[in-house]
Amino acid sequence: MSADAPLLVVKDLAVSFRSDEGLVRAVGGVSFSVEQREIVGVVGESGSGKSQTLLAIMGLIDSPNAIVSGSIRFMGQELIGLKRRALDAIRGRQIAMIFQDPMSALTPVHTIGNQIGEQVRAHEKVSAKAVRARAVQLLDAVGIANPDRVIDSYPHQLSGGMRQRAVIAMALSCNPALLVADEPTTALDVTVQAQILELIGRLRDQFGSAVILVTHDLGVVAEVADRVLVMYGGRFVEEGGKSSVFRAPLHPYTWGLFGSIPPMEGPRPARLAAIPGIPPSLSNLPKGCAFSPRCAFRHDACLVQLPIMQGESHRAACLLPEPTRRQFAAQRPGGVVEMQR
Amino acid sequence: MNARPRERPLLRAGDLSKRYSVGRSIFPAQRRTVHAVDTVSLDIWPGETLGIVGESGCGKSTLGRCLVRLTEISSGSLEFEGRDISDASQRQLRPLRRQMQMVFQDPSASLNPRRRVGDLLADPFRIHERLSASEMADRVAELLRRVDLSPQHASRYPHEFSGGQRQRIGIARALALRPRLIVADEPVSALDVSIQAQIVNLLADLREEYNLTYVFIAHDLSVVRQISSRVAVMYLGSIVESGPTDEVFAAPRHHYTAALRSAVPIPSIDRARRGRLVLKGDLPSPMNPPSGCRFHTRCPAATPICRSERPLLQSIGEGRLVACHHPADG
Repeated sequence: MSADAPLLVVKDLAVSFRSDEGLVRAVGGVSFSVEQREIVGVVGESGSGKSQTLLAIMGLIDSPNAIVSGSIRFMGQELIGLKRRALDAIRGRQIAMIFQDPMSALTPVHTIGNQIGEQVRAHEKVSAKAVRARAVQLLDAVGIANPDRVIDSYPHQLSGGMRQRAVIAMALSCNPALLVADEPTTALDVTVQAQILELIGRLRDQFGSAVILVTHDLGVVAEVADRVLVMYGGRFVEEGGKSSVFRAPLHPYTWGLFGSIPPMEGPRPARLAAIPGIPPSLSNLPKGCAFSPRCAFRHDACLVQLPIMQGESHRAACLLPEPTRRQFAAQRPGGVVEMQR
Repeated sequence: MNARPRERPLLRAGDLSKRYSVGRSIFPAQRRTVHAVDTVSLDIWPGETLGIVGESGCGKSTLGRCLVRLTEISSGSLEFEGRDISDASQRQLRPLRRQMQMVFQDPSASLNPRRRVGDLLADPFRIHERLSASEMADRVAELLRRVDLSPQHASRYPHEFSGGQRQRIGIARALALRPRLIVADEPVSALDVSIQAQIVNLLADLREEYNLTYVFIAHDLSVVRQISSRVAVMYLGSIVESGPTDEVFAAPRHHYTAALRSAVPIPSIDRARRGRLVLKGDLPSPMNPPSGCRFHTRCPAATPICRSERPLLQSIGEGRLVACHHPADG
C-alpha cells in the first residue's frame, strides 16, 4: 500500500436487521474514506445509523438477524467476510474502539494495569515487567496524574474522566493506525470533555493515529475534526472539509442542526430555529429523501426520488439545485435557515 | 439586576442545606456527611427564569428538589410568597403543590407505563379539583393541544411516544394546575439536538402565555443561556456566581464560571479560540471537599488565602454576586 493511499475505504456499506416489523435498515449504503492521520467527525442524532456504521467497521455486528453488505477495506484488506481470527489480528492492534460509557470496556474485577496489560499481551509477546512499564507510560501519555498508583486501582476507584482516559490508554496500547470513538465525551462534564478532546487531538500528533469520531455535538466536531460527515436516516446527507461545512453547509438538515443549537455568544434569538417533527423510524423510512417530512424546502420530487451525494470535495444529497441552496444558506450568518413551515 | 423593591420574591431560600450521611457504620465517628447543598441563599422573582448550571455532583438537582420540597431540607429557610414552608408538613404543602411543579429529565421514569396519557394528565385535576368527567376530558384535550400534541393522544400509553413527545406530556402534566413556578431539572438533556430546540421553544412560549416562573437546571450552558434571564453557577454544593445571564456569560467573574464557559465547544470555526482555560484534574469528592474556597485546587488564580478562608457570595453590583477572593476582571 502506498503511503498516501487512504487508510480506510468504505463502499456501499449497508446494515439491516430482520425484525418482527420487517427489515429495519439501520445503514443504507454509505461510502466514505479516512486518510492516514485524519480526524473525521460523524454527526447525527439517535437512529441516524452512525453507531451501526462504526460497529460494522469493527466487525462487531454479530446478531444472526443482521445483514451487513458492501465493502470495508482497511490498509488494502477487505474486512467484510474476514474470519474471526484474521479480524482479531487487526482489531485492537490496528483499529481500536472507545465507547461512550468507559465501564462497558472495563471489567470491575481487575485493576486498570491488568486490563491494559491484557491488551498489550494479546498482541505482543513481552515480559510482565515490560508490560507494566508500558501501562504506566500509556497512562502518563493520556494525562493521568500518578500513573504508578492508578495502575493498581480498580475502575470504581476512578472518576468518569479518568476511566475514559484509561480506556483510551488501552486503545492506544498497540499504537493503532485507526481509533474509532463513539460519543467518547457525551457522558462527561464539559471541563472533562475539554481535556479528552485535547487528548484526542494530541493522539494524532503523537501517535499518528487517524480517528473516526461519532458525536451528536457539532461543537465537538468544530473542535477536533478535519472533515465532517452528517448522517440522517441511515445515510450521509453531507460531507466536506470542516471549514467548508461550517462556513457554508449545503444540506437543509445541517442548517436545521445549526439552527437548533443556542448560541454561546452574541444576541439570543427569541426562538431557536428548531427542525419540526421527529426523525424517521428506520423500519418505516419515507420514500424519497428521508428528511423530506421535516424539510422546509421540500418539493414534489423529494417525496419520490432518493437524492444521491453530489459535488466534489464538499458534497450533499439534496434535490434542490445547489445554487438555490447556497442562496438560502447565505441569507443568514452561519448558513442557518429558519425551519418553521 | 432588576431590583424590585415593591415585589417580593416568589421563592426565597436562606442558607439552605441538604446533608446526606453515608456509610452505615454504627460508630458515629465512621459516618460521614456529604454536603450536597451547602448554605445556598437564593431569591426567585416572579416571571424570571433562573438557570442553575454546574457539573455532575455539584448539587444542582438536589437544590431543585429542595426548592419544591420534594427532598427534605436539612437546615435553612424556604419561603414561598413570604410564607415559611421549610417545616410545612406534606399535608400543609398540598395546596402549595398546585403552585410549584417539577419537570424531570427522564419523562418515561415519571410516567406510569400502565396508564393512558389521558389518565396521567387527569390526575392533577382528580387530586386538586372537583370536575365532571367531561370537564376533565376537555381540560386534558386542551393541555395536549397546548404542548403541540393531539387530543387523540390521550388514549395512548407512554411507550407509544418518542422521547420528545414524552417530555411534552411531562410538561403538560406540570402545567395542568396552572402553577406559578416550574422547576425543570435537565428537561432537554436526554433529547436529540433538533428535539431539544423544540422543547426549549415550547418552554419559552408557555412562560409567556401563562406568566410562569422557571428554575431551569441543566449542565448544558448554551441551553441555559438561551432560556434564562438570570443564572447561578454551582460548584460542590454552593453557588459561586450569579447574575443576569448575558453579563455572566460574557464576562464571568468567578474563575470556575470562566473555565466552564471556555470548555463549551462552539459549533463554529470562525471564532478563533481565545486561549482556552482547560481545568486540571477532576471534581473533588463532595465527601471530602477542599478547605477554604472549594475551587482552589483547580483554580488558576488561587493564593494561600483561598486555601484557608472560604469566600462569601458577595454583591459586586448590577445584580451580580460572586464568591471569590480574587474575582476575574470579567
